[in-house]
Amino acid sequence: MANWSQLISLALFSATIRSLTPVLYPALAGIFSERSGVLNIGLEGMMLISAFAAVVGSYYSGNAWIGVLWAIAAGLLTSLIHAFMCITLKADQAIVGTGINILGIGLPSYLLLKLFGSQGISPIVNRLSKWRIPVVVDLPVIGPILGEHSPLAYIALIMVPVSWFVLFKTPFGLRLRSVGENPSAADSVGVNVYLMRYIAVMISGVLASLGGAFLSISYLAQYTRMMTAGRGFIGLAAMIFGRWNPWGALIACLIFGFADALQATAQAANVPIPPQFLLALPYILSIVTLIGAMGRANPPAYVAKPYEKA
Amino acid sequence: MADKKEAAGKKGFSLLGLVGPIQFVMGILLAFIGGALFLWIFRENVAEAYGALFKGAFGSKRYIGEALLSTTPLIFSGLAVALGFRSGLFNMGVEGQLVFGGMVAAYIGYAWDLPRVIHLPLALLGGAVVAGLWGSISGYLKAYHNIHEVITTLLMNYIAFAIADYMIAVGGPMKADNELPVSPDVLESARLVRLWEGTRVSSGILIAIFFAIVVWFFIYKTRIGYKMRAVGFNAAAAEYAGINPKTMTVLAMALSGALGGLAGAVEVLGVHYKFYAAFSPGYGWDGIAVALLGLLNPFGVIAAAFLFGVLRSGSITMQAIAGISKNVVSILIALVIFFSATNKTLEPILKRLLGGIGSGKELELNTEQEGDR
Amino acid sequence: MKPAVEMRNIVKQFPGVLANDHISLTVEKGEIHGLLGENGAGKTTLMSILSGMSVPDEGEILLNGTPIQFGNCEDAIKQGIGMVHQHFMLVPVFTVAENIVLGNEPHKGLQLDIDQARTMVNRLSSHYGLKVDPDSVIRDISVGSQQRVEILKVLSRDAKIIILDEPTAVLTPQEVEEFYIVMRALREAGNTIIFITHKLQEIQEITDRTTVLRDGKVVGTVNTKDADNERLARMMVGRDVVLHVKKEEHQAGKVELRVENLFAKDARGLPAVKDISFEVRAGEVVGIAGVAGNGQNELVEVITGLRKQESGKIYLGDRDISKMTTRERIYAGLAHVPQDRQRRGLVMDFTLVDNFLLGYEDSPPFIEGPMINYREAERFSERSIEMFDVRTPGAHVTARTLSGGNQQKMIVAREFQRNPTVLIAAQPTRGLDIAATEFVHEELIELRAQDKAVLLISMELTEILDLSDRILVIYEGEIVGSMKANEATPEKLGLLMAGG
Repeated sequence: MANWSQLISLALFSATIRSLTPVLYPALAGIFSERSGVLNIGLEGMMLISAFAAVVGSYYSGNAWIGVLWAIAAGLLTSLIHAFMCITLKADQAIVGTGINILGIGLPSYLLLKLFGSQGISPIVNRLSKWRIPVVVDLPVIGPILGEHSPLAYIALIMVPVSWFVLFKTPFGLRLRSVGENPSAADSVGVNVYLMRYIAVMISGVLASLGGAFLSISYLAQYTRMMTAGRGFIGLAAMIFGRWNPWGALIACLIFGFADALQATAQAANVPIPPQFLLALPYILSIVTLIGAMGRANPPAYVAKPYEKA
Repeated sequence: MADKKEAAGKKGFSLLGLVGPIQFVMGILLAFIGGALFLWIFRENVAEAYGALFKGAFGSKRYIGEALLSTTPLIFSGLAVALGFRSGLFNMGVEGQLVFGGMVAAYIGYAWDLPRVIHLPLALLGGAVVAGLWGSISGYLKAYHNIHEVITTLLMNYIAFAIADYMIAVGGPMKADNELPVSPDVLESARLVRLWEGTRVSSGILIAIFFAIVVWFFIYKTRIGYKMRAVGFNAAAAEYAGINPKTMTVLAMALSGALGGLAGAVEVLGVHYKFYAAFSPGYGWDGIAVALLGLLNPFGVIAAAFLFGVLRSGSITMQAIAGISKNVVSILIALVIFFSATNKTLEPILKRLLGGIGSGKELELNTEQEGDR
Repeated sequence: MKPAVEMRNIVKQFPGVLANDHISLTVEKGEIHGLLGENGAGKTTLMSILSGMSVPDEGEILLNGTPIQFGNCEDAIKQGIGMVHQHFMLVPVFTVAENIVLGNEPHKGLQLDIDQARTMVNRLSSHYGLKVDPDSVIRDISVGSQQRVEILKVLSRDAKIIILDEPTAVLTPQEVEEFYIVMRALREAGNTIIFITHKLQEIQEITDRTTVLRDGKVVGTVNTKDADNERLARMMVGRDVVLHVKKEEHQAGKVELRVENLFAKDARGLPAVKDISFEVRAGEVVGIAGVAGNGQNELVEVITGLRKQESGKIYLGDRDISKMTTRERIYAGLAHVPQDRQRRGLVMDFTLVDNFLLGYEDSPPFIEGPMINYREAERFSERSIEMFDVRTPGAHVTARTLSGGNQQKMIVAREFQRNPTVLIAAQPTRGLDIAATEFVHEELIELRAQDKAVLLISMELTEILDLSDRILVIYEGEIVGSMKANEATPEKLGLLMAGG
């Protein structure tokens, strides 16, 4: 019989940071895209493709950072498809996102067989080594929690204030939000609606790609089929819960990350709950938090609406 | 203006009915062209790949049977998505609903011993009802908590998978008495009959086609179907006319989920005769593309489901013969979806072209918004 | 001196509509130039082209004699052209200052300099006497204030040519007077103003010259002081116009709609309807006058069951309908022509048959058990199209393909045939041309003659004055005045509408 209190430890909080990272990236990615008025439910697919690209990059170069660059390139490319379909061709944004998700399952699986002759998993590749943050790592309590993580986890956390500053404190952010709230108004004062949306979707693609890279060359050191396991969608839930604000999304991600870390720890500790139910916990939690969050959430007014210049 | 009223009286010859079929064929063609381009970029032998794909689908009686076998659940999952869309809902949870439907159908199929006339219908119905209830949760959350159904249906898939895994895992309530994570075999009295000697085709395909007709009738001819369409196109107008959009949303998600459940039920009762975790190779996801390519029309869904059935079964042979991953089909499906996403943009153009050919004058299109121009 | 603006042979085609058909327009420097025309005449399209919002298919534009070409607003702004749109181009969740600087933001390094923006807004605001609070959020301020923000936005970009698209639609008569003062001041300061309207009175009041558009073509340009109302109206409509509705004396009967102490909140949870009570009798038109956004929508929605009331009672005849669903109220005899026909009144992607069926889909003779009797529905559609003169190629096209006027006729046809005891008509002629407006007015008067009770909600004072037997004025969710129509004048009503 496991002791529940044993589960709560500093290691659990450290694992929370690790678990929240691949949810925080798509949450921030969703915020940039949707704030500009482009729905992006294809984040899951973008993450999968990037996760695979990261492995390929790392495999051929032997350097995990090259893998990160490959991931970013893949994320940019995928987001360009999304942007072109949604913004230029004015296609239905939910449907395009679904197409990206299906591409995200098919493309890596196809290449897995072609490049590595495998059906489900890639070879093990070099992964990013953790950073030990000097001084911080030696602090009591904080040290064990925050002192030693993947560089991509630190970048994710830093992206929260950065995203907030960019979106809410700069002229660029004002313009980006204006095209999501009233594109005609933005257009009438000379803001290029299409360009702003393209940029926002591409930022979104880069952020999603880092989430994918984290999973494949930091958390693990290989690609496994459908390894994101819905984290892109949980990220979207976090975005909504956080009311399209990076700080709010961080809070949501902390909750999900904690739940995920808790279920993993509980499984390891043989808690008498079927492991399948523990695995379902973050998804259930996502839905429950959404019930609490909606009603007071106001999505950007023009999200999912293509802009048609008269 | 007088001549216009006259024109209204005459039926005249119109090509507008061709808009749908043209979009259907264009969708397929563009997907195949895009797929060829993709294969060419990755230096595959395009002719060999497509050759193997079609050989795998039509090369022998058994292959044709396999294609029809895949068509069956795809008709149901396509109908599920199409019915949702017609009611303004994007049901991305068909895969989970399908798993639920298969699970419950299997349970009724092996656990209850009943005469055939009751047993089979009850197993199908049970799968549909439970999957429908599961789906209606998303409908409820949408109607009463304003949470987008795309998010909830997606997340609920993962919960459904976890529950299904649990049922047949060691110590799970549906676990068979052997080493494998599967349920016991469904009794003979709950199995769909084989229709075609030498293939695995079951009466499921007939049930699927029957349901397509029922769904068409329901959407276009019944009062509830009318209300669902009204809510789907414009919930504010439906509400204004005294239709309760919330009720319709819950009901539509329930019916959509039930159709998804039937997809799983026919697959379990007609093909596998038992439940296990990976019994669906993604039929629920394919349903999205099936519905879109079929232009949300139940008969279009039948045609699109057959096409995807062909692709699904052909791709297995393609992988075996040409050594090209069967996942190329997912890429084709993604391309179909991308194309379908632009249908709304293309439709007015097509209509104008065809309307022009048919009547000799341009169809009057008014894009006027409120206010002045 | 070269004219400030010269537009030559402008052509703009929308799908199915030639919005601008070789339009040429010359505007002299320092004048207030009226652009007069019915809804749909092409005024806004022409000005959208001048302001860079849309690109013409043909034609050229000269500013001060120099040919220019723009495909976007930025170029137009640089050339000193600014437009105040009829549908305000404001971001509702941004502050006043943020809206004014958008696209032209002051910054300190990477950071938006909101202090400087605030200072600039305050300076402009006091210079032109247009009072705004730079830190208010747009969606929280009145329509009048929003308009001031729009004008300041244009002025902050040093516009020399200012286009005003139906700016008076949202103002009370008194506010319109103040607005004229601002316009004259802008002209004195050397600006050129193009003033779009469909109201003859305003043309006479403020413009120097006027160009009249009809069906996308120029009918002519006149010196305003040489033209009288009748001549301008004829130019605008292409025939003689009856400027007022004729209605017979009619005795009002028993009370058909009674509202008692009604309270309701708006979408954001703020009180929108505050203790409203009134009654409408059979054979009587009661008009509710008021500036947009003073609780009219919420009032209509509460009466029709589309919005929950906080407290109060609604009676239809003797029946308390306050707890009924929308459908039950329809069956009890309440019909409703909604203010937003495309959002509420029609399902734009439905065929006309399906649209005529809306609200009838559960009633005989349109039902056969759980099915819809489409033969009957088609017969009903054909009859409605015939009776109400809906111009359409057939009953099986979608509502979207019809013009605004014909869409409204469909709604009127459907609602009037419910044979209601009470009809609520909200903005029933908004955006319609004169012929369609006359049609709707005649139908409303016809209902009155049939002893129906009609509640008319309109922002158009002339409409209210012409049709109503009694007039109520709504201001900030309260009924602030009530009078017989023959005792009412625009001035009296205007004062009440402004809360005076």
